[in-house]
Amino acid sequence: MGSIKLDGLKKAFGSQTVIPDANLEIADGEFVVFVGPSGCGKSTLLRLIAGLEEPTDGRILIDGRDVTHAAPARRKLAMVFQSYALYPHMSVYQNIAFPLKMAGEKADVIRVRVQEVATSLDLLPYLERRPRALSGGQRQRVAIGRAIIRQPAGFLFDEPLSNLDAALRVSMRTEISELHRRLRSTMIYVTHDQVEAMTMADRIAVMNAGRIEQFDTPLELYRRPANMFVAGFIGSPKMNFIEGARAREYDARTIGIRPEAIDWSIDSGKWRGRVERVEHLGAETVVHLSLDTADILTFRTPLDERLVAGRTIHVSPREDSIYRFDGEGRAIPGPKRNP
Amino acid sequence: MSGYRMKRAARLALAPSVALLIVGMIVPLATTLWLSFRYYNLMNPALGGFAGLSNYEFFLTDPAFAQAIVNTILLVGGVLAITVAGGILLGLLFDQPMWGRGMARLLVIAPFFVMPTVSALVWKNMLMHPGYGIFAWVAMKLGLSPVEWLSNHPLLSIILIVAWQWLPFATLIFLTALQSLDHEQQEAARMDGAGPLDRLVYIILPHLGRAITVVILMETIFILAIFAEIFVTTSGGPGYASTNLPYLIYVQALMQFDVGAASAGAIIAVVLANIVAIFAIRLAGRNLTA
Ligand SMILES: Nc1ncnc2c1ncn2[C@@H]1O[C@H](COP(=O)(O)OP(=O)(O)O)[C@@H](O)[C@H]1O
Ligand SMILES: [Mg+2]
Repeated sequence: MGSIKLDGLKKAFGSQTVIPDANLEIADGEFVVFVGPSGCGKSTLLRLIAGLEEPTDGRILIDGRDVTHAAPARRKLAMVFQSYALYPHMSVYQNIAFPLKMAGEKADVIRVRVQEVATSLDLLPYLERRPRALSGGQRQRVAIGRAIIRQPAGFLFDEPLSNLDAALRVSMRTEISELHRRLRSTMIYVTHDQVEAMTMADRIAVMNAGRIEQFDTPLELYRRPANMFVAGFIGSPKMNFIEGARAREYDARTIGIRPEAIDWSIDSGKWRGRVERVEHLGAETVVHLSLDTADILTFRTPLDERLVAGRTIHVSPREDSIYRFDGEGRAIPGPKRNP
Repeated sequence: MSGYRMKRAARLALAPSVALLIVGMIVPLATTLWLSFRYYNLMNPALGGFAGLSNYEFFLTDPAFAQAIVNTILLVGGVLAITVAGGILLGLLFDQPMWGRGMARLLVIAPFFVMPTVSALVWKNMLMHPGYGIFAWVAMKLGLSPVEWLSNHPLLSIILIVAWQWLPFATLIFLTALQSLDHEQQEAARMDGAGPLDRLVYIILPHLGRAITVVILMETIFILAIFAEIFVTTSGGPGYASTNLPYLIYVQALMQFDVGAASAGAIIAVVLANIVAIFAIRLAGRNLTA
C-alpha cells in the first residue's frame, strides 16, 4: 500500500553531485523523517521521490513498482510544501477539490469528499475563503486537506512547520502525528529540527552532505550513533567530543560524552575545570566548563546555586556512557559503551 | 504635518501639471467643439456661420463612418487577440531556462523601438510587396502565387503590422508576471495530476489576470488612434476597406477640406474613446484591486 524503496539513487545538478548514492527501504505505514543540516539534500531527495526531479541514476520503487520515470501524479504520493503552495485565486473548497477535479471525479463525489476532509480538519467555516484570508495554521491545514483528499499511498512533507510560530508548531506537530495514527499511511517528513524528528518519527534518516549517515529509530540513533556526525546531530545540547590523551585512555581517537551523562562535584572527580558560563533553563541548568586543556565540556544538571562562572569544579563522565570513535569518525563498538 | 495640510500640500504640488494638462487638453478640445458646430470648408471660404448639428449628421450618415467604426473595432480586437495570445506564448517560451535567454529577451523587445512609420514601410516594401517582398518570395519557392497583401487583405495586413509592433510590449509584461509565479504552486499542481494544459488554465492564466488587463487597457488606448501605419501603407483603401476612425477624420479634414465635418468626427471619436475608456478602467479597477 505504500512501501518505498530507493536503490542506488543519484542526483547531480550539472557538475555538482547533491545525492551521491541513496539506498533506503521504507515500510508501508511508516513515519520516516529525513533530518540534517540545511543544504544537505533533504529536499532534493524528497523531490526525487515525488517525481519533481529526474534522478541521474538509480531506481525508485513504490510497492515494488518501478516509478523512477513515472510522472508525479502517477506515484500516488501527495506533497505538502514549505510555502504550502495553495492556489491563491481559488477558494479553500476549490483548493481541496483540485486533485479530484484533475482526476476527473464527478462533482457530487467531490462535494461529499471535500465536506468529509474539511470536517476532519476543522475547515468547514472557511470553505469559501481565499487562502490569503486564512491564518498560517489554517493554510497549513488546507495544504494537508489537499494532500489527503486523494487518499494517497504516501505523504511527503517538506519542512511544513517552518513558517509557523513556536506555539503553533508544537500543536501542528501533534496534529500531523495524529493524522498519521488515523490514516496509517506512509509519511516522509523533512526537517532540519532534530527535536521534531525525534518526537514524530518511527525511523529517522540522518543526512549529511547528500549521504544517509544512519537510518534507525530515534532511540537507537541516540543510543548507538553510527558515527560522530549522527552522535553530534542527535541530542541537545550537543554531545561533547574530546580528543588527545583523554581519548587515548579509552583506545579511541575521539570520545563522546552526552551532557546528561556527566556528574559534577566541588572537590573530587576525574577531571577538573573552570565554569565559563551557566544557562539557567528553569528545570535544569546547562554548564559550559573549560578543562585544563582547550576542551570545552557542556553538561546539564538540576539547578544548583554553587554553579557560578569562574568557579573551579570537578566532573566525572559516567564510564558506561562513553562513546568511542576512530580516526574516520566511525563509532567503535566495544565494552566501554552504554548497551 | 496634519492629514489636512498634507493633502493641501499634495494638491499644491500637483497643481502645475494639472494646469498644463488642462491647457493642453481643454483648449484644443474646446476649439474642436466650436468648429464642429460651424460651416468651415477650406475649399469654400464664403460658406460660414453656425451649422447646428448638420456637421454631425453629415459625418454620422456617411457610409464610410459605419465602415470606419467596424474597421476600428476589428483593428483593436484583432491586434489584442494576436498580442495577448502571442505574448503569453512567447512569455512562456522565454520563461523557460535556455541557452542565450538574456540575448533572446533583448531581441524580442527590439520591434518596440522601431518607429511606426518605419516599421510599416518595412512591412510594405520588404515583406508584403507582391513583387519583391519576402512573403512573395517564400510563396513562389513553395510553388504558390504571391498574395497581394495590401490590396487584397488591407485590414488584415494593418492588423499584422500593428500586432508585430505591440507583441514585444505584451510579451514583456507577461514575462515579468510569469517570473513572479510561485514555482511550488506549479509543482503542487503537477503532484495533483494537472497536465500542462490544466496548469495553463488553472494556474498560469489566473495568475496573469492582472497583466492581461494591463495589456488590454494600454493597447486599446493606443490602437484606437492608429494612423501612421495606415497612412504609409494602404492610405485607408482600397475604398474605405482599411479606414479607421482617426483616418476618416483626416480624410475629411485634409483631403476633402471640410474642417467642420472633421471636427464633428473628432468629437464623436473622443466620445467613443471615452466610453471605451470608462469600460476598460472599470474592468481594470475590478481586476487590479482584487
Ligand atoms: N535545481 C537545483 N539546481 C542546482 N542546485 C540545486 C538545485 N536544487 C538544489 N540544489 C543544491 O543542492 C543542495 C541541496 O539542496 P536541498 O536539497 O534544497 O537541501 P536541504 O533541503 O537539505 O536544505 C544545495 O547545495 C543546493 O544548492
Ligand atoms: Mg529544503
